Order: sequence, then structure tokens, then C-alpha cells
Amino acid sequence: MKIDVPAGRLLLRAASIGICLIAWHFASTLRLDLGFVSFRNVPAPLEVARAAGDLLRSSKLAADVGASLGRVFGGFLAAAAIGIGLGLAIGRSRLAKDVLLPPLEVLRPVPAVAWIPLAVLMFPSSELSMIFVTFTGALFPILLNTIHGVESVDLRLVASGRSLGGGGRAILWEVVLPGAAPSIVTGLAIGMGTSWFCLISAEMISGQFGIGYYTWEAYTLQNYADIVVGMLLIGLLGMGSSLLLRRLGEGLMPWRRIAGVVR
Amino acid sequence: MIALDHARSASAGRIDVEHLSVALGGGAQTFEAVQDISFSVAPGEFVCLLGPSGCGKSTLLGVLAGHIAATRGRIAVDGKPIAGPGPDRGIVFQHHTLFPWKRVVDNVAFGPKMRGVGKAERRAQAREMLELVGLQGFADHYPAQLSGGMQQRVEIARVLINRPRLLLMDEPFGALDAQSRRMMQELLLDIWSRVRTTVVFITHDIDEALFLADHILVMSPRPGRIIETIRLSFARPRHADLVVEAGFVRLKHHCLDLLRNEGHPDSLPRLSPLGLAPSLA
Repeated sequence: MKIDVPAGRLLLRAASIGICLIAWHFASTLRLDLGFVSFRNVPAPLEVARAAGDLLRSSKLAADVGASLGRVFGGFLAAAAIGIGLGLAIGRSRLAKDVLLPPLEVLRPVPAVAWIPLAVLMFPSSELSMIFVTFTGALFPILLNTIHGVESVDLRLVASGRSLGGGGRAILWEVVLPGAAPSIVTGLAIGMGTSWFCLISAEMISGQFGIGYYTWEAYTLQNYADIVVGMLLIGLLGMGSSLLLRRLGEGLMPWRRIAGVVR
Repeated sequence: MIALDHARSASAGRIDVEHLSVALGGGAQTFEAVQDISFSVAPGEFVCLLGPSGCGKSTLLGVLAGHIAATRGRIAVDGKPIAGPGPDRGIVFQHHTLFPWKRVVDNVAFGPKMRGVGKAERRAQAREMLELVGLQGFADHYPAQLSGGMQQRVEIARVLINRPRLLLMDEPFGALDAQSRRMMQELLLDIWSRVRTTVVFITHDIDEALFLADHILVMSPRPGRIIETIRLSFARPRHADLVVEAGFVRLKHHCLDLLRNEGHPDSLPRLSPLGLAPSLA
């Protein structure tokens, strides 16, 4: 969806961001202290930009970002495979629903971050424990959206598929999976967000390398400008991952883009 | 215009229904949708089931398609009892059930794909069927890009590509405007003249039933029973001006009387050929 915005409105939006930056600049350089919140230790935008430039030139960036990306995608892909697989089974079969869903329902209200201490105890390496927490964070949104998607597939389409000679596996592959796809992609997008959230928390607590660890280390070493650099990087990586997923979704579901447009 | 050389021999498509009853719902909500129905349809005949909304005619169609099980009685196609849905009995619903994620040509090619026909071969077959329904230019469209009438034509092509013994239609033109409905009725008769198969067509529109059928089975309100069988001998091919001929109008009055005598002041909700929602296992 590309909508052209008039230049005047674009200018207004840019000005809005500019004003925020200026407000941040003065709040930090004037060491604004409102009592309940203080900007005394907040680095100024220019300091942050300088720190970001330094990080870009150092070899630290690749190691930290690489470590984080590896953990996120490891955990996320495992969650996608297991979440979609279980979701299809639970959505299609009442037996699977009764056998598989109750333990998952019990675990679901536990926030993934609460798993961190136990995960550290359970897994031999902190690397695996962080991937596990990331996995846990992504699993439930993917699982629940897949179940929802499968259960809301139009029964008439399933009936038609069977009347046209489709067997169980064909119905699953040709009707149920594509019918549930929009909901599954939504689950993946939400899961991607939560897995970043969980990873950053896990890295701050038990990490070595990784962008969350970098940010927390900056705090302990009192490199305050690096804290903000870390925050911005985390935001950027999260945004990039969701963009990637959205593009993937559009590529896999071309009919969603074309629907309703008569050539 | 093409004629399909590999059309079925005239022996296929016989329907025998004996003392069929169908109960829907469960426990205290159980009701008889269809009660003690018996009839036969000869191969290649065009039969309309005419009756008020909720009279069980869609339920009867669902039993023929294999989506609903008979509670009592016997129902057989070419002597074989029906056990579940199959490609030899194609069904067309009131609203299309094309797969939104498949292009028109691949929707039509779905049946051959299920039989394991290769991609090039099944697409060629699908294009031939699309030509039959007059949609050769739309093979690469998605269903959402077509009008309601075109979607139903694709649906018919998708069913006919399987060379079914029965073409089951559940008020297939009920959602179309009057103009396209008339067009689709003529088109359906034209297709049927070239791909001879038994058609069971459900409608509550008297004009539609009289225009299309060899045979009309008039049904009563729930529980559905057959109250009269009308044999129609209007010459084929039939054209739109048939509906103003004296013989047509006389039969129309007769049908109106039948439905009025049996009619409910307030009609029941429409039943689905898939039964009640939870009964679809």
C-alpha cells in the first residue's frame, strides 16, 4: 500500500521529530530536574550520535548484533515450527486439543521473562537458556493465532474440498493451511515482537555479547550515551524483523493484495 | 463452442431414494428435516426440488453430496449407497466456495490435482472447462476479482471437470440479480446439453424450477415431504420467452397454489447442505 502524502504534511511530520530532538537536547544539556524525573544523567542527542559513530567503526557492533540476531532467529524459528505444527494439530483434531492444550494453557499466563532463572538452571549454557526464553516468548502468540486461524477456516471450503476428492492431507495442505495463513502471519508478527522483548531481558540478566548485554554493560560502566545507542539499535532491529515478516507474508499470500481489484 | 467427447455414458447418474428420513440437531433439539421421502431420478435428468425456505430440500441435497448421513431409509446413486462426499457428486452452493488463494485455473484444476494429474495436463483440462462456461479470458484471475455470476460459473466448471454422475446445486443463482440469474439459467441449460449429467437443482423460485427442469419435486414445509411430482414437457432448447407461454403460466399458477396451501405464514430459517454446524465432523 503506497499512499502519496503531500509535501506539506511530510514537512510537518519531520518538524515534529525535530522538535522532540531539540527538547531532548535542551533537557539534557540544561540538566533539567523535575523532582520526580531527572535528565541529569541523560546524554544529549549529539553525544549519542558520536557514540553511535564510534560503535559503527568498532568490531564490537558485529559481534553483539550477530549474537542477538542468532538467538532471536534460533528461538523464533523453533517457536514458529512448533507453534504452527501444534496449532494445526490442535485446531483440526479434538483429541489433540484435549491432550495437548491443557498443559499449554497452564503455562501460558507465565510471562516468558519469568522463565529466565529456571531456564538458567535447566540449560547447560547461558546461550541455550536465552534461546529458550526467546522461544517461549514467541511460542504462545504463534500457537494461539494458528489455532484461531485453523478454527475459523470456512467449513464450506473444507466441504467443497472433500466433495472435489480431497483427502485428509490434501485438505490440510490445500485448504486449512492457506485459509489459516493470514492469522498465522499475524501470530508470527506478534511473536517476533515478544521474542525481541524476551531476548533483551534475558541478555541483560545472563548474557555475554548481544545488544541487550551491550546496553546493560553501558549502564554498569557508566557509558550513558551507549545506553541510548543500545536502545535505538534494539528498536531498529525489531523494526527490521517485523518488516521482513510483513514482506514474507505479502509474498506468500499474493491473493490478499489483489483481492477486490478488478483488472 | 466445444462439445466434450469424453462425456459419460447414459447409464450413470441414476438416483434411488427410498423412505429417507433425516433428523438434525441433538438431544432435545432434534427435529426431522426430511421425512419419509421416496423418488427416483433417471440418468441425465434435470430435477428441481421446489419448496419454501427451511423445508429440508438443502438437507436432502447434503445427503446426496454425502455431507449429511441419512437417519432412516436408503439412498443410492447408480445402485451404490452413499458413504461420504466424493468427486462423482459435485456440489455448488449458493455462495461460491472457490479457494481465494488459488487462481481461477487452479481452482478448476483442483479435482484433477487430487487424482494426481500432472500440472500441465490438469491446467489444460481446466482451460477447456473454463471455455465451456465462457470464462477463457479469466484463468489467471483470483476469485475475488470476478463478479458473482462469474464465480458461480467457475464453481460449475470446477465441479464438472470431475465428470460427476450428479451435479448438485443449492440455490446457486439465489444471490444474483434478476438479470444475471436469467443469463445463468440459460447458460446452465446450454452447458448441460453438452455435458450430460444428472442435475439436482434446489430453488424456491417457481419460475426458475419451471424453466430449468424435466421434473419438479414439490416439497412441503418442515418436516420436508414430497407433495407432488410435476413432469415438464416444454421443448428444449428453452429460451427466456418460455416464461410467458400459456402452458408455463398455467403450471406456475398450479405451483403457487401448492406452495400457498402448504405454506407457513412465516418461513423457517434456511437449512444448509452441511447440516447444523457442529454435525460436520
